[in-house]
Amino acid sequence: MTPLPERGGRAPTPLLEITDLAVRFGPVRAVDGVSLRLAGGPFGLGLVGESGSGKTTIGRAVVRLVPVAGGQIRFEGKDVGALRGPALAGYRRAAQIVFQDPDNSLDPRIRVGASVAEPLIAHRVVARRLAAARARELLAEVGLGPEFAGRYPHQLSGGQRQRVAIARALSVQPRLLVLDEPTSALDVNAQARILALIARLRADRNLAYLLITHNLGIVSELCEQTAVLYLGRVVESGATSELLSTPAHPYTRALRSAVPAIDIAARSARVVLPGEPPDATSPPPGCVFHPRCPIAVDRCATEVPALRRVRPARLVACHRAEEVLAGAMEAAGQPLSSSREAGASGLAAEGSRSPGPAPADSGDGPHADRLR
Amino acid sequence: MRLAITGLQVSFGDRRVVDLAELAIAEAEIVGLAGESGSGKSMTTLAVLGLANTVGARVDGSIRLDGTELTGLSQREMRAVRGRRIAAIFQSPALAFSPVFRVGSVVHRALRLHGMTKAEAAAAAQRAMRQVLLPPGLLDRYPSQLSGGQLQRVAIALALALRAEVLLADEPTSALDVTVQAEVLELLRDLRDQQGMSVLFISHDLAVVAELCDRVAIMQDGRIVEQGPTGQVVTAPASPYTAGLLAAVTRLGAGGGR
Repeated sequence: MTPLPERGGRAPTPLLEITDLAVRFGPVRAVDGVSLRLAGGPFGLGLVGESGSGKTTIGRAVVRLVPVAGGQIRFEGKDVGALRGPALAGYRRAAQIVFQDPDNSLDPRIRVGASVAEPLIAHRVVARRLAAARARELLAEVGLGPEFAGRYPHQLSGGQRQRVAIARALSVQPRLLVLDEPTSALDVNAQARILALIARLRADRNLAYLLITHNLGIVSELCEQTAVLYLGRVVESGATSELLSTPAHPYTRALRSAVPAIDIAARSARVVLPGEPPDATSPPPGCVFHPRCPIAVDRCATEVPALRRVRPARLVACHRAEEVLAGAMEAAGQPLSSSREAGASGLAAEGSRSPGPAPADSGDGPHADRLR
Repeated sequence: MRLAITGLQVSFGDRRVVDLAELAIAEAEIVGLAGESGSGKSMTTLAVLGLANTVGARVDGSIRLDGTELTGLSQREMRAVRGRRIAAIFQSPALAFSPVFRVGSVVHRALRLHGMTKAEAAAAAQRAMRQVLLPPGLLDRYPSQLSGGQLQRVAIALALALRAEVLLADEPTSALDVTVQAEVLELLRDLRDQQGMSVLFISHDLAVVAELCDRVAIMQDGRIVEQGPTGQVVTAPASPYTAGLLAAVTRLGAGGGR
């Protein structure tokens, strides 16, 4: 259905290449020097981090919803910022976004079928008289029967509304999807169904996507590669399964350990981060993570750590990444000075630490070199 | 049992949304109530708070707090229980605070309403803020100047200041970042262990429930389909519905791009 992304016979051009991206909102450096590569589909790149880490802003910059202050975004080799006229319209078809809250992305006064048909007509994908039938096909593709076409958004559940938003994004046959917290507003069962839908669509449609989430379980299921963001910067990136089983950045480790797990054996030693992420208008000197870092040393307060390769296909911005990988955090596991009183222990181990689940084969291997 | 619910039925006209045979919480115990959207979890909370009638529902059955029957109390009598002895925190802490008042003034007003003097309220608020590991200075700020996790902790501090015996926590971490969620869960554990607080923790996420709760009840279509010690329910679920909920939980290391 969708043509394969052009890769030619030469070195493959990434579908999306972000270089040194900066986005500012007044004094706030929301995104500060982020570089990412996304291979052609089927491929998933996860962007994870806390609120304020800049993950949503990167997604919005990719689809040109926020102005870029510096750096470049290239799609199939072309500078997205320089696109005008028909080339820009073409890009708007090729790169679509699905937002967190389908309540706000669907017009409450328009029936679902018409909502899905709208981009078909606007982008002249099919003749107007064929749009309604095509919309029903798209709804069927996301698992909604033809009867849904006549309903209004409020007559649908949250999960069904998110399916409609996905159908609408798919209508113009994009090659790249930006999925911005697509399941955060849903309960776990609805979430599981949407994740299964994304997994199916990526195979059926050869989709590449940027999946923005704070849920590490989701990237674990759907993304070959993951980049961890903190205060507008990439602090670590690599193959998802490897990154989660052996995090090299103390922030990745803390995020990883904060994920609730059903299997007690899968629980890792909890790393409690003191305080809140710093103010992005005045980021701390040196490493932006050092005020909350359980293993910060003097150097971290003065010298910005470069994002560097510590293993094949693994980039980390931490002066002590090698020590973290070698298990230095366990060795440094004395209670740390922090504001916590009750149960205060910067690195309290809860339960036994297991090495984590074995990396899944599908996660790395052929994809391992796709992210710089 | 500190809180004992038996034969609780909540109905809108002919439609029964909660039909809960038995649910009890002991002192210093955290009990999870888990289920999908629409399973009746939140209506159970409202019924325990004596607020179900305010949304047009009829409540039958028995809710006992330390042996005292709560259903059938007048609104005036219930006001002495709600907030004071049974406190509640909700998914969106921002909605618990008025955006035009400083956080402290909302806290002080609640403490005054429950009979504290001005000086007592100020002292109790300060003490409770320290208990939830927040600098008391945050009380002078507006809700928009606090993070979601900080606001949720202020809401918990209010329950502490009133020396509530039971805390109803309705999806208190669903809107929070995973690192902040971990802190709030740790705080709830501390409240159980140090204050002996009883907590009813309502969530759709069994992973969170498994981390936190001593016992768990699984709710479907208003009924409890299974309840027991958490470890037992999540490792050997007796009900296929529970098994389905467990299967829906995302897991780390599930395999990229399945």
